Amino acid sequence: MQTVLARAGIWLVVLLFAVIAVAAAADGGFAIHMSIVALAALIGLWVSISGADYAGIARGILKIPDEGRYDDDPVRWGVIATVFWGIAGFLAGLFIALQLTWPVLNLEPFLNFGRLRPLHTSAVIFAFGGNALIATSFYVVQRTCRARLAFPGLARFVFWGYQLFIVLAATGYLLGVTQSKEYAEPEWYVDWWLTIVWVAYLVVFAGTILKRSEPHIYVANWFYLAFILTVAMLHIVNNLDMPVSLFGSKSYPLFAGVQGALVQWWYGHNAVGFFLTAGFLAMMYYFVPKQAERPIYSYRLSIIHFWSLIFLYIWAGPHHLHYTALPDWAQTLGMVFSVMLWMPSWGGMINGLMTLNGAWDKVRTDPIIRMMVMALAFYGMSTFEGPMLSIKSVNSLSHYTDWTIGHVHSGALGWNGMITFAAVYYLAPRLWNRERLYSLRMVNWHFWLATSGIVFYAASMWVAGITQGLMWREYGPDGYLVNSFADTVAALHPMFILRAFGGLLYLSGAILMVINVWATILGKLRDEVPMHDAAYDPQADRPILAPAE
Amino acid sequence: MANKRIDEATQTETVGHEWDGIEELNTPLPRWWLWTFYATIIFAIAYCVAYPAWPLVKQGTEGMLGWTSRGQLAKEMSAADQARTSVREALARVPIERLPEDGGLMRQAVAGGAAAFKVNCVQCHGAGAAGSKGFPNLNDDDWLWGGDLRAIETTLVHGIRQPGDDQTRTSLMPSFGEILEPGQIEDLTSYVLTLSGREKPSASAQRGAQLFADNCTVCHGADGKGLREFGAPNLADAIWLYGGTREAVASQIRNPHMGVMPAWNARLDPVTIKMLAAYVHSLGGGEDFVEVAENPAVEVDEQP
Repeated sequence: MQTVLARAGIWLVVLLFAVIAVAAAADGGFAIHMSIVALAALIGLWVSISGADYAGIARGILKIPDEGRYDDDPVRWGVIATVFWGIAGFLAGLFIALQLTWPVLNLEPFLNFGRLRPLHTSAVIFAFGGNALIATSFYVVQRTCRARLAFPGLARFVFWGYQLFIVLAATGYLLGVTQSKEYAEPEWYVDWWLTIVWVAYLVVFAGTILKRSEPHIYVANWFYLAFILTVAMLHIVNNLDMPVSLFGSKSYPLFAGVQGALVQWWYGHNAVGFFLTAGFLAMMYYFVPKQAERPIYSYRLSIIHFWSLIFLYIWAGPHHLHYTALPDWAQTLGMVFSVMLWMPSWGGMINGLMTLNGAWDKVRTDPIIRMMVMALAFYGMSTFEGPMLSIKSVNSLSHYTDWTIGHVHSGALGWNGMITFAAVYYLAPRLWNRERLYSLRMVNWHFWLATSGIVFYAASMWVAGITQGLMWREYGPDGYLVNSFADTVAALHPMFILRAFGGLLYLSGAILMVINVWATILGKLRDEVPMHDAAYDPQADRPILAPAE
Repeated sequence: MANKRIDEATQTETVGHEWDGIEELNTPLPRWWLWTFYATIIFAIAYCVAYPAWPLVKQGTEGMLGWTSRGQLAKEMSAADQARTSVREALARVPIERLPEDGGLMRQAVAGGAAAFKVNCVQCHGAGAAGSKGFPNLNDDDWLWGGDLRAIETTLVHGIRQPGDDQTRTSLMPSFGEILEPGQIEDLTSYVLTLSGREKPSASAQRGAQLFADNCTVCHGADGKGLREFGAPNLADAIWLYGGTREAVASQIRNPHMGVMPAWNARLDPVTIKMLAAYVHSLGGGEDFVEVAENPAVEVDEQP
C-alpha cells in the first residue's frame, strides 16, 4: 500500500508542478509542453491507483513476478514502439524529400521543411533507433547474463519516460521550440528529462550485468554499455545551457562561437559513433550469431576492434568543421583519427560477416540472414566512405553537398535500418510465443524493397552531391564562377525525384513489416510456399559412364 | 576455459565461453586487417608531422610543410586576383560610357558582371535576369530609370529608394485611394488600360481621361509613356511590373507598391559595379549613351 501511495504522490506532485508551469508559462510552446507533461502525470496517477492489486495488498500477498522467466514486457512494448516510430520517421523523411523536390509542399508554419527536418532525423535516430536499442538491450542483456532485469519498475519508467521525451521533442519541432543544435534540438527541460531517463536506463542495464549468472560479460553488452555511458556524457556536455526563465522554453548554450561548434560536432559525430555504430553493433553481435546459429568469428578481433573503436571515435568530430574557423591543428586531428577509424569499424563487419562461415547457404534460404548480410555490407561501405570524406581534399568537394546526405543514408537505411528490421523479425515470434513469423516471403519482399530503395537513394545523392560540388567550384575561361546557386539547385531536380522514389520504396517495405509484425502478434500464419530452393541431388547430377569393357 | 572445442565447419578452436548458445571462435586477427590498421596509424603520424596537429600551450604545432588553411586561401585568392589584375586596372581607368569602344575589355567586363550577377542579383531578378512580379525584367528594353551604361551604373551605385543615400533614385507615387473616389479609380483604371489596348474605349475610360490629365501626366506624361526622371513606368506598353489585370492596376493606383534596390557601392567595389552594368546592358535592352543634358533634342536610340 505504501508503494501505491508513494507512486501516486509523486505523480500528484508532478501534475501540480506541470499545472503551475502551464499557468506561469512565458511562451505558447512551453505551455503546450507542460500540458503534455500534466497529461502524462495524470495518466501515471490513474495507472498507479487503478492498476494496484488492492485485494492482494489487503491479504498481505503481492503478485510476485515469475522469476523463472525473463522480464520481457518492456521489450514487447519497445518492439511495437520501434515499428510505430519507424513508420512515422520514414513518412516524415519521404515528405521532406518531396518538399525539396516540389517546394509548394511546404505547409507554413507547422509543416515547413525547417521544422519537419529535425522531426524526421529525431524520429528515425532517437525514436526508431533509440527504441530498438533500448528494447534489444533489455532482451539481450537478460539472455546473455542469464538474469532477469534489475529494477523492473525502473525499466518500465525508462520505456515510458523515453516515449514522453520523444513526444516532447517531436511536438517541440512542430511548434518551433528548438535550440538549433543539429540532432540536439530539444530545449533545456526536455534535455533534463532525457538525462533522468538515461541515468535510469544505465542503472537498469548495469544492474542487470552486475547480477548476471554468467562468469563473463558478452561482447554485445560491452557495446551496449559503451553506447549508454558515452551518450549520457555527450548529451550532458552538449546541452549545458542557461534557461532564460524557468517558465519559458528558451535557453542559451554555455559554449559560443567556434567552441560551441566544436562541442556540437563532438556530440554530433559521436551520436553517430556511439548511438548508431556501437549500439547497433551490439545488436549485430547477438542477433547475427543467433540467427545464423554459428559461433562469433573471432573473439580476439572483437576485443581489439571494440577498444580501438571506442578510443578513436571520440576524437573524430572536428572533421565536420574542415575549412572553418576551427584551428588547423584540430582539423588535422579530426581527419587523422577518422582515417585510423577505418579498420576498427571494419572489425565489426568482418566479425559479423565471417560468423556466417559454415552457414553461407542461409543467405539463399533465410531472408532475415539476407537482411543482416546487407546491413553489414552497408555498414562496411559507409564506414569506408566516412574516413574517405574526412580527408580534407575530398571534403573540400563533398562538404555542404548532398554527398553527405547520401553517405548518412547509406549508413542509416542500410546499416541501422536493416539490422533493426532483422532484429524485429527475430524478436516478434519469440516475444509473443508464436510458432514462426506470419510470413517469411513478406520479409523477402521487405528486403528487396528496402535494398532497391537504398540504391535509388544513395546513388542519386552521390550523383547530386558530386554534381553540386563540381558546379560550385566551376570556373569559366575568363576566371569567373560559372554557376549561380539557383543553377545548381535546378540541376539537382531529377536527382531529388529519384531520391524521393527511393524513400517511397523504403517506406513501402517498412509498411510490409508493420503488417507482418501485427499479424505475427495476432498469432496468424500466412499460408505460403516455404522459402526453400528446389531439391538438388548431387549423386544424380553426373553423366552416365559407358560400362567398362 | 572448460568448454573449448574444435568447430567442425571452420576447424577453428572456440574460446570456451558460451552465452545463450553463442560461442566464439579463437580466430587470430586477419593479417590484412591488422596491417591496414597499422598503415593508417603510420599515415596519421606522418600527416601530423607534416601539418599543424598538436595543441601546445599557446598554439598548435605548425607542421614541417608550414601549411595553414588561411595561407592556402590567400595564395589561391592572390593567384586568381593576379590573373584578373590587368583587366581590373583597365576597367578602373575607362569611364563606363567609353567602354564599348574597346570590344575586348567590354567582353571581359560582361563575363565578370555575369559572375557577380549570379552572386548578388539573382535573388530578386532571377537567374536569367527575367525578373518576376515587382522585380523588373532586365532582358527587355523597358527601362524605369534609364538603360544606357551610365544610367545602369548610377542605379547600381546608389540604388533605388535606398535610405541614407542622398543620390539614390527616388520618387513617390501618391496613394490615390485616399485622394480619389472609388468610382473615379474605376474610371482611371479603364483609361489606363485603353492606353495599351487592353480595354476598348468606353464611357468610363473617357471620364478617366480627364482624371489622368489632372493627376497623372506630371510623372507618366501626357501620352502615358512614362518619365525616367521619376522612374515612372510606361503605361502604354504590354509590360506590367505589378500585373496588368484590371484589379492589379486599380490596386496599384489605390495603394502603389514602389520597389527598393540596395545601393551597391556599400557592398561592391567600383570595378565590379562597372562589370555588372556592362553585363546588364548586354542582356538585350541596353541603350546607347547620349549626353542628353548637352543635347536634349537627340532621340535616344532604342536599338543599339
